[in-house]
Amino acid sequence: MAISAQAAGAAQGMTVVARTQTQLVRRRFFRHRAALIGMLVFGGIVVLAFSSIGFGPLPGWWDKSYLATGAVVDQGRPTLSLVPQFLGGEGLRWGEHPFGQDNIGIDYFALTMRGTQQSIIVAFIVGFVATTVGTLAGAFAGYFRKKVEAILMRLTDVMITIPVLIIAAIVGRSFGDSGIVVLAICIGLVTWPTLGRLIRGEFLSLREKEFVEAARALGTSSSRIIFRHILPNTVGVIIVSATLAIANAVLLESALSFLGVGVQPPDVSLGQLIDTYRSAMTTRPWLFWWPGVFIIAIALSINFIGDGLRDAFDPRQTRVRA
Amino acid sequence: MIAFIARRLIVSFFVLLAATMVIYALTALAGDPLEDLRELPGPDRDRKIADRIERMNLDVPLPLRYLSWLGNLFRGDLGVNRDGQDVSVLLGNALSATLQLVVAATVLAVVIGVIVGIVSALRQYSTFDYSVTFTAFVCFSLPLFWVAVMLKQYIAIEFNDWLRDPVIPPTVIAVASLVGGLIWAAVLVGGRRARLAAFALGAAATAVTLTLLSATRWFADPGIGVVGLAVLAGGTAVGVTALISGLRHRDPLYAALSAAGIGVILSQVLDPVLADPSWLEIFGLALLTVAVCAGLGYALGGLLRRQAILAAVLTGLVTAGLTFLDRMLRGFADYSDYVRGRPIATIGSSTPNFKGDFWQTNLDVAGHLLLPTMALILISLATYTRYSRSSMLEVMNLDYVRTARAKGLPERTVVTKHAFRNGMIPITTLMAFDFAGVIGGAIVTENVFGWQGMGSLFLRGLQQVDPAPVMAFFIVSGSAIVLFNMLADIIYAYLDPRIRLS
Repeated sequence: MAISAQAAGAAQGMTVVARTQTQLVRRRFFRHRAALIGMLVFGGIVVLAFSSIGFGPLPGWWDKSYLATGAVVDQGRPTLSLVPQFLGGEGLRWGEHPFGQDNIGIDYFALTMRGTQQSIIVAFIVGFVATTVGTLAGAFAGYFRKKVEAILMRLTDVMITIPVLIIAAIVGRSFGDSGIVVLAICIGLVTWPTLGRLIRGEFLSLREKEFVEAARALGTSSSRIIFRHILPNTVGVIIVSATLAIANAVLLESALSFLGVGVQPPDVSLGQLIDTYRSAMTTRPWLFWWPGVFIIAIALSINFIGDGLRDAFDPRQTRVRA
Repeated sequence: MIAFIARRLIVSFFVLLAATMVIYALTALAGDPLEDLRELPGPDRDRKIADRIERMNLDVPLPLRYLSWLGNLFRGDLGVNRDGQDVSVLLGNALSATLQLVVAATVLAVVIGVIVGIVSALRQYSTFDYSVTFTAFVCFSLPLFWVAVMLKQYIAIEFNDWLRDPVIPPTVIAVASLVGGLIWAAVLVGGRRARLAAFALGAAATAVTLTLLSATRWFADPGIGVVGLAVLAGGTAVGVTALISGLRHRDPLYAALSAAGIGVILSQVLDPVLADPSWLEIFGLALLTVAVCAGLGYALGGLLRRQAILAAVLTGLVTAGLTFLDRMLRGFADYSDYVRGRPIATIGSSTPNFKGDFWQTNLDVAGHLLLPTMALILISLATYTRYSRSSMLEVMNLDYVRTARAKGLPERTVVTKHAFRNGMIPITTLMAFDFAGVIGGAIVTENVFGWQGMGSLFLRGLQQVDPAPVMAFFIVSGSAIVLFNMLADIIYAYLDPRIRLS
């Protein structure tokens, strides 16, 4: 029957292909051009940052270290050139120090790559911690209601009263010296409440649905209902907010480091590079340019990915694209 | 309603109390408050350490220290910072500086953001819409501190340099005209022909204006002048009337035009009064303007009296604002000489020891406000644009808008009366949140531009592990957030009767 119906549809040019939810989401996401470009750019930045100077014990293809000082060549000007010769430039050239050098001769490409690595790591840890804690808290509050909800929601009330930058700055001041991982976990632990409220809202509406009632009637345990029945239905919201949380974390970390309460030397991050070299703006503007460009590129591409995901998971918002 | 407010206030009080506990503990444990003294050489090191321990009660355990701070707070005493300065005095200065900074920025961001958002919603999926969306995304992803330093370098320093010989190079004029033309063509709706015409007109107008400004060296001694004032006021009158009541019925237009005319004449007649006024006089004049214009609208409005009054009052206020701007710009050349040709300041909130008349003092403040305001606007502009766009889109698809169209109302009425009013309800909430957040949220901007505001009070306190100023900062910003959130709920319920407060 089904086959013949499909054949009849095909004859009229209306084939409806059965697709799973995942396939639908993936198709919608890949149709979102900005999100795809964002994904490519972000992937490119990650590969560039981690392959060039290597990570941990792994060596990279770039021969200079972000720690080694050296002779300052041509006042540390960048040797990178992107203007082709026929336009009056110097042709496409990578050069000895593509991003220039700082005042003590450290190769700025290596330094920027190191900062990019650290910023991305911090942002992902913050996003992961905030999403996990926020999801769990929101799930329990939304599912169990009553006391659990009251306690958790009053807790988020308290946290929301404190502006994110303030609480993050205070936490950063305390834990900035303990390395980036501890710092990132601590920032994640204070930025989850908004996400928790979102997830709670989802759970509040889903727990009243029939399929939950059916599961409960069958005697399913609470944890199984939460994690196997309700949570998969909120995965769209979770993924989208996790992505946006990461994008915000990139900016938050760089702002904190810029204010001197985030990543502390000798650790490097993009915001901290900007802070270190902000007085060099007049003499060596490129020391200021590159980290900023990378922050914008990372935050922008993740924001676009988030936008694409939102459209993909929420068909109501999907628009006909030209 | 009263029960709602009372309950909210009680809950908020306890929430704030808990938050103060968290912040106090975290700040006090964030580091060593005696760090700088420990490295001090010399014999009076121990005495200074003892002094500070005495002043900050460091010999008392943390919970007791918090309680004593809390007790003092309820007696209205914010305590002293680690150098013995009275925190309430510091807080007062910081708050006024920050308010000066954020009020202008927030108001401008709201106005521009809402306008751009609405236009972009009305031109959904056009080039303009896509460009606005993309720009908003870029703004979301901009690190504020980076933009601020960039503005300092490329706007302030280079613009000040350029002001010495304010001639706009032809290439800049060409590019600016092209961009101007493109914007006009993108905003306008219509066929290809209308767009081309809009592009040509827009580009030509931009080119002519810029060439004139450059040739007359307007930027060296800017001003609007009577003619400029008359043209701008008349244009405002037509524009405002077209938005409020349309141009088909003439009465409101006459009211607005006469308001503009009287405004221009008065701006010349009142010249001696405006020589060196006080803020009180300016305020009185503004009230007078509103009263006169309302009278004009009432007298000339005819059947469309309400719209006429609104159009006349708005026109009158804009004209008065333009007059204010003109007077301020007249003092520009002298002021520019005084600050050695660097009118756009990069540091602080006013030139130290600057003494001038009313207009020059305002010019000084404006010069210092310009850059931080630009930086702040860039960030919140994106939010307002996105929100008002999506809210407007949602409303435009509702049934009552279709009904309004179906019964033959002109599109202007549909947009301004039916869609706009309801579409703006969510924006009021956003505005309340944003304003509350921005009182404490200008930390980065203040840091870059060297303002001694709330942000620097907080940051210095935090760096010095000195809870008193940090707590003073939080009491203000936290209460602002709580109060404005409540206000947002009340306004929302008032504007949208479907919402019940509970």
